[in-house]
Amino acid sequence: MSVAIDTGLGLTVRGLTALFNTPRGMALAVADVDLDVAPGEMVGLVGESGSGKSVTLRSIMGLIQTPGHVTGKVEWGGRDLVAMPAEELRRIRGSEIAMIFQEPMTALNPVLPVGLQLEENLVAHTRLNARERRARALQLMNTVGIPAAERRLNEYPHQFSGGMRQRAMIAIALACSPKLLLADEPTTALDVTIQDQILKLLLDLRDRLAMSVVLVTHDLGVIAGTCDRMAVMYAGRIVEMGTVIDVFRQPRHPYTRGLLGSVPRAGAVRTMLSSIEGTPPSLTDLPAGCAFHPRCSFATDICRQERPPLLSLGNDRKAACFHHDRVAAAEAIL
Amino acid sequence: MQNIGSGSLPLFSFVLRRILQMIPTVVFILVVTFVLVRLLPGDPASAMLGDRAIDADVERINASLGLDKPIPVQFLYFVKNVFTGDLGTSIALKLPVTTIIMQRLPVTLMLTLMAALLALVLAVPLAFLAALRREQTADAVIRGTFQVGLSMPVFYVGILMLTVFGATLKWFPVGGYGDTFADRLYHLFLPALTLAFSFSAVLMRNLRSSIIGVINAEYVDFARAKGLRPRIIMTRHVLRNALISTVTLFGLQIGTLFGGAVITETVFAVPGAGRLMIDSIYGRDYPVLQGLTIALAVLVSLTFLATDIFQAWLDPRVAR
Ligand SMILES: Nc1ncnc2c1ncn2[C@@H]1O[C@H](COP(=O)(O)OP(=O)(O)OP(=O)(O)O)[C@@H](O)[C@H]1O
Ligand code: SF4
Ligand SMILES: [Mg+2]
Repeated sequence: MSVAIDTGLGLTVRGLTALFNTPRGMALAVADVDLDVAPGEMVGLVGESGSGKSVTLRSIMGLIQTPGHVTGKVEWGGRDLVAMPAEELRRIRGSEIAMIFQEPMTALNPVLPVGLQLEENLVAHTRLNARERRARALQLMNTVGIPAAERRLNEYPHQFSGGMRQRAMIAIALACSPKLLLADEPTTALDVTIQDQILKLLLDLRDRLAMSVVLVTHDLGVIAGTCDRMAVMYAGRIVEMGTVIDVFRQPRHPYTRGLLGSVPRAGAVRTMLSSIEGTPPSLTDLPAGCAFHPRCSFATDICRQERPPLLSLGNDRKAACFHHDRVAAAEAIL
Repeated sequence: MQNIGSGSLPLFSFVLRRILQMIPTVVFILVVTFVLVRLLPGDPASAMLGDRAIDADVERINASLGLDKPIPVQFLYFVKNVFTGDLGTSIALKLPVTTIIMQRLPVTLMLTLMAALLALVLAVPLAFLAALRREQTADAVIRGTFQVGLSMPVFYVGILMLTVFGATLKWFPVGGYGDTFADRLYHLFLPALTLAFSFSAVLMRNLRSSIIGVINAEYVDFARAKGLRPRIIMTRHVLRNALISTVTLFGLQIGTLFGGAVITETVFAVPGAGRLMIDSIYGRDYPVLQGLTIALAVLVSLTFLATDIFQAWLDPRVAR
C-alpha cells in the first residue's frame, strides 16, 4: 500500500509534532506521528477525545498558530507543506487538500450567505465566472443532499440546521475536487440515511478521482465500512496501525483492544468506540514510560520506565506495545 | 461583495420597523427641548436689554415672543411651528432660526463626518496591527499612544495641534472657514484631526479586542483551510465580524463626537453649529437654542438609525 514514499504521490507525514504553550506548561498534543496515505486510499483515525486527531489534521493543513508550534515533515507531491512559503501553501489548501471541520456550528461564518462561503473557494482556486460558480455551487448542494439549493445558497448559516450546516461544509470542502480530504468527524450531525449517502459520495470520489481521505470518526462501523487502513491515537501518538481487517480481527495494543471492546465482529453495524476505564493523561504531564500504563491491565515494570517504540510487525502492521504478543494471544482466546 | 439575495427582505422590514420606532423618539425630543429651554435661568428679554431693563420693556418683548402665554399653549405653537419649519426668529441676530441653522449646521456636519472618517482611517489599520502583534512592541506603542490621547482633553489637543501644525509649521490655517469646497476641507482638517484623535482611541481599543476575539474563531480557520487570500480573510471574515460591536460603539459615541465638535469649533474659530450654540447660550437666545437642540437631537437619532441599519447589514442575525 505504501507506494506514496516511492513515487512522491499521496501524503507522507514524518515525525509530525505539535506543541502548545499553555499556562500549565508545554502540551504535547501530537508527538512524532508518521502517516502515509496513498492516492485513492482511505485511512481511518480513531482515539478518545483529546488524543490529538483534530490537531493532527490541522497540523497537516498548516492551520496551527501561536501558541502552537508544529515540526516534522508533511510531504505532498514531493513538497514539504510545513517548510513551504505561505502563498504556495495557500494555493494547495482548499484546492488540492481540503478539510472538513469537526464543528459544523462554528466553522461557517455567521454573517455571510452560505453560497458566498462556497463560491469564494472557487474564486480563490479556479477561473470560473460568476454563472459557472453558481452552477457548480448548485451541483454541490444537490450532491450533498441539500434540498431547495437555489434558495439555500442565499441563506445564512443560522437558517440551517446542524445537519444542513455539516452538509454545506462538506460541499464547500469538495468544491475544488480535492486530491486529499481531511475529514474530521464529517457525519456526526447526520442521520443514518444521509450519513450513508455522504460516505458513498466520498467512496465514489475516491474511485473516480483517486481522492485520498483521512477520516476521523468515533464510529467503528464507519471505519469498517469505508476505510482501507486505520491508525489508533493515544495521548498524541499513533499506538497502532494496520489494515482495518487486521486491526479489527486481532488488535496488538491494549488500548485498541479496549476501544474495540464491544464491537460485534459480524457485519458492519454502527458501533461507537467503547469507553475505557480511567482517564486520558494530561498532555503537559505525561506518565513516564508508556503513556497508557496507568490504565493498562498488561502493564509490567518496563512499561513504567521506557516508552515502547512504534514497531513494524510485518504485513503493514505497527504497534507501540512491549507486550503486543500477549495482547494478540489474549484476543485469540476471546 | 455578493448580493444579499433573499436576505434583503428581512433587512427591508427591519429598516421600516426601525424608522417607525423613531416617532416616539422625536416626540420625546420635542418635549424635552421645550421644557429644558424654559428651565434655563434668566429670561431673554432681560438678556437683550441688559442693565437697562425696566419691567415694561421686559413684558413687551416677552409678549412679542409669545412667552407670556400659558405653557401648554406655548407647546402647541411650538410643535406646529417645528413641523412647518418655523423655528422662530433669533433674538440676537434678528434672522429666522431655520436660516441660521442651515448656514451653520452643514459646517458642523462636515467637521464631524471628516472626524469620523479620519478616526476610522486611523483606528482600523492600527487595531489590526495591534491585534496581530498583540503583546509585542507594536501593540504596546500603539496602545500607549492612544492611552495618552484618551486622557488629554479635546481643547488641549486642539491647542497643541494649532500651535504645532498651525502657528509653528504653518501647514494648516489657524482658524476660520474657506470659501470653496477644497478650501473648506483644508480649513477643517486640523479641527477634524483633533476631534478624531480621542474618538479613534476609543474605536481602536474596541476594535483591537474584537479582532483578537474573532481571529481565533473556527470560521476564520476554515477560511484559511479554504486557501483564501489573506486580504479576503482579514476583511470579509475577520473585519466584518469584528466591526459588529465597534459599529454599536460608534453609534453610541456619535453624541460625544458632536459635543467635542462644540469645543473644537470654539478653539479653531470655526463658524459651525457648536459656536452658534455657545453664543446662543451666553445670549439666552432661546429660539436658536431650541432649534439647534432639536436639529442636533434629530441628527443623533438619524445616526443611530444609520448605525443600526449598517449593523443589520453586517450581521444578518440582527434583522430577524
Ligand atoms: N489551541 C490550543 N491550545 C492549547 N491546547 C490545544 C489547542 N488545540 C488543541 N489543544 C489540545 O490538544 C489536545 C488534542 O486535541 P484534539 O482536538 O486534537 O483532540 P481530538 O482527538 O480531536 O478529540 P475529539 O475527539 O474530542 O475531537 C487536547 O488536549 C487539546 O486540549
Ligand atoms: S507498553 Fe505496557 S503499558 Fe503500554 S500498552 Fe503495552 S502493555 Fe500496556
Ligand atoms: Mg477533534
